[in-house]
Amino acid sequence: MAFDSFSAFLTMGGHGPYVWSSYGAFFVLMAALMISSLRRRRAMLDACRRNFMCQGKEPGRADRPAATFTRVEVSQD
Amino acid sequence: MWQFFHKLGSPKWFYGISTRLMPWLLVIGTALLMAGIVWGLAFAPKDYLQGDSYRIIFIHVPTAFLAQSAYIMMAVAAVVTLVWRMKLADVFVKAVAPVGLVITFLSLFTGAVWGKPTWGTWWIWDARLTSMLILLFLYGGVIALDRAINDEKSAARAVAVLVLVGVVNIPIIKYSVEWWNTLHQPATFKLTEKPSMPAEMWVPLLLAVLGMYLIFGWLACIRMQTEILAREQKTRWVKDLVMAGRH
Repeated sequence: MAFDSFSAFLTMGGHGPYVWSSYGAFFVLMAALMISSLRRRRAMLDACRRNFMCQGKEPGRADRPAATFTRVEVSQD
Repeated sequence: MWQFFHKLGSPKWFYGISTRLMPWLLVIGTALLMAGIVWGLAFAPKDYLQGDSYRIIFIHVPTAFLAQSAYIMMAVAAVVTLVWRMKLADVFVKAVAPVGLVITFLSLFTGAVWGKPTWGTWWIWDARLTSMLILLFLYGGVIALDRAINDEKSAARAVAVLVLVGVVNIPIIKYSVEWWNTLHQPATFKLTEKPSMPAEMWVPLLLAVLGMYLIFGWLACIRMQTEILAREQKTRWVKDLVMAGRH
């Protein structure tokens, strides 16, 4: 151990704010990067699964009308 | 050999092998990094000149190393993209650029915070610091260029060219401490010489560097997997993968 006490460890011989803000930024940003990468892959896997599920539920072509027409009233005057 | 190369280019094969590799990268990488940091913060001896502020080195040097290595890896992938049109190489560049941006920012930030008690200033426009700032902008430029071009193939080529142009910055960063007068201290590790610091300082530093590389490997894998899924979402193997165990 390079320090006599825990409080000496925290003050770092007067350089505590510099050391701990560096390590704080490091851990926060690295954790954010790792967690966001994990969540992005999860979201992508879910999106792929949803796509395939929707495809599976779609009715076959025969049940569906070939096309749908919508009458649009347009004033001619 | 060629068959291996061909396999390496297959997104499906990569997805499988990286899934098996990733737990190891994460566990061993985190263990090494934490061991290096705890050792460096609490047990390594105090620097006789800089006092305890030098303990920032245990995150500053790993991030600075990785910031440059990641760019060199991107440049190799860019050559592969341009010459062999290997899709996986382009996937790598896109997956890694944001990681490089964050890591480069961290090395600049920890360097600035270390500079204040040591040099008396947060920032100075000297060669090492300025060339690192350019590296940060290069990562940003790669991300922006990729987002600006919708067509996947054009984006891949444009990004590869930008990455290759930017690689000129890497030797400038490397040799900046020798070519110009600078406040920055010379390289901590050299391949040909023993480190100038005692083993109780450089061993934890080496552990932290190795851990950082492994965690970078994990980040690259997971982000490449995400990009591969996005590109291959209509394919049979992705369907088998995501629907496994579900109906």
